[in-house]
Amino acid sequence: MGLLSRTLVSSEELADRVLSGDRLALARAITRVESGRPDAHQLLSALYPHTGRAHIIGVTGAPGTGKSTLVTALTQAYRAAGLTVGVVAIDPTSPFTGGALLGDRVRMRALSGDAGVFIRSMATRGSLGGLSKTTGDAVMILDAAGFDRVIVETVGVGQAEVAIASTAHTTLVVEAPGLGDEVQAIKAGILEIADILVVNKADRPGADRTIRALQLMLELEAGTPRQIHHHGHVVRLQAQLPVNEEGEWGVTVLKTVAVNGQGVSELREKIDAHRAWLHDSGEIVTRERIRVAHTLENIIRAELNRRIVASMPADSLDETVEAIRRREIDPYRAADALLAEF
Amino acid sequence: MSEDKIRVLVAKPGLDGHDRGAKVVARSLRDAGFEIIYTGIRQTPQMIAEAALQEDVDVVGLSILSGAHMTLCPKVVELLRAQGQDDVIVLVGGIIPDEDVPRLREAGIDAIFGPGASTREIGDFIRQAVAARNEA
Repeated sequence: MGLLSRTLVSSEELADRVLSGDRLALARAITRVESGRPDAHQLLSALYPHTGRAHIIGVTGAPGTGKSTLVTALTQAYRAAGLTVGVVAIDPTSPFTGGALLGDRVRMRALSGDAGVFIRSMATRGSLGGLSKTTGDAVMILDAAGFDRVIVETVGVGQAEVAIASTAHTTLVVEAPGLGDEVQAIKAGILEIADILVVNKADRPGADRTIRALQLMLELEAGTPRQIHHHGHVVRLQAQLPVNEEGEWGVTVLKTVAVNGQGVSELREKIDAHRAWLHDSGEIVTRERIRVAHTLENIIRAELNRRIVASMPADSLDETVEAIRRREIDPYRAADALLAEF
Repeated sequence: MSEDKIRVLVAKPGLDGHDRGAKVVARSLRDAGFEIIYTGIRQTPQMIAEAALQEDVDVVGLSILSGAHMTLCPKVVELLRAQGQDDVIVLVGGIIPDEDVPRLREAGIDAIFGPGASTREIGDFIRQAVAARNEA
């Protein structure tokens, strides 16, 4: 394998090498996109026509529910079935130092040495919502590189980090016994995005109570249409109804013990059933539309932001800030005035 | 907007399970603004090289207290070079006898940090080495 410079290789060549299965090129492509190099868009443009094959699985849930271990077990299940798996694991960036400690690989050591698996850790780099700004791009690169399944593990989330729902085709929300679930489960957000609920560490005391609490939540919500409010869009997803009634997807609660693999093949089958349902019902089109709209909006927003900042002389911005501080002008009219020139 | 974060893999090759030092260094480097990929204990050189590739790190930091550094460290360098990661900076931290230092340097280890090294020293070295690499 030849030397692959970090910056000197053109995006076209890098894209070609990604498509030909060069793993170092794949790693460098993700870096190029993650660090926002000027030619990152060319690279992604070259790869986009090759995307759309992978099934994207989101795994989210509170810290300590065993997400990394579950991702490992699920990846092993897919590998046993002959499918290749790309994994993107997100951990938080410290808002104070900008540094990050990405530790998901510690739980994933069983996956090393397998050429059918590619794991990439990403830091949130200031992004909220449980993913990083370029997670979607990394998923796209892994998809283009030919992985059959791409699993995205979010940061340990609470109630509001629902960005994964607009990135994945199938979203797993992972719970574990003894985390104060009964009350937590009632709070809005995280449960609504689940296509499949997983109670991991199900061999622990209190597992049955956690399962009952989640099932009760599902019964209460049955028949209520789900809406995702995302960047100002309201997207209606299928109602959560009991399984197979009227051809709609029924969210169910599955038990797993990821450390010993218990329940994992059932989980894999359920994900595959969801995938089949997405395609049979045409719901996949809705999900893809959400995903693509989300991507497009992010690109437009970032690009507009860049152009506005570039077109604004730094001193005029400073002067305006000072004028606002002195109460000579209010920030709303100041913003209008600055943007009028743009 | 280009955001070039320095990514550092911190790994413990070999069979000893004493990971306190590696964890302390990982945490302090995180606090110094680096992105640390921590892989845990009992890593083979193959596992380390594979993780370094997938994560596309700038630096690999090896923590060794077992005395097996003369076999394990050069092996990691060799695997990195073989997979095309010629420009990855490799550091070793731990108990390394003075007489082994020149031989490790010769095998491609860029720096060796003993028990007295401060984490600030390590962070400064990484920033300088990455800057020098980017200029080359």
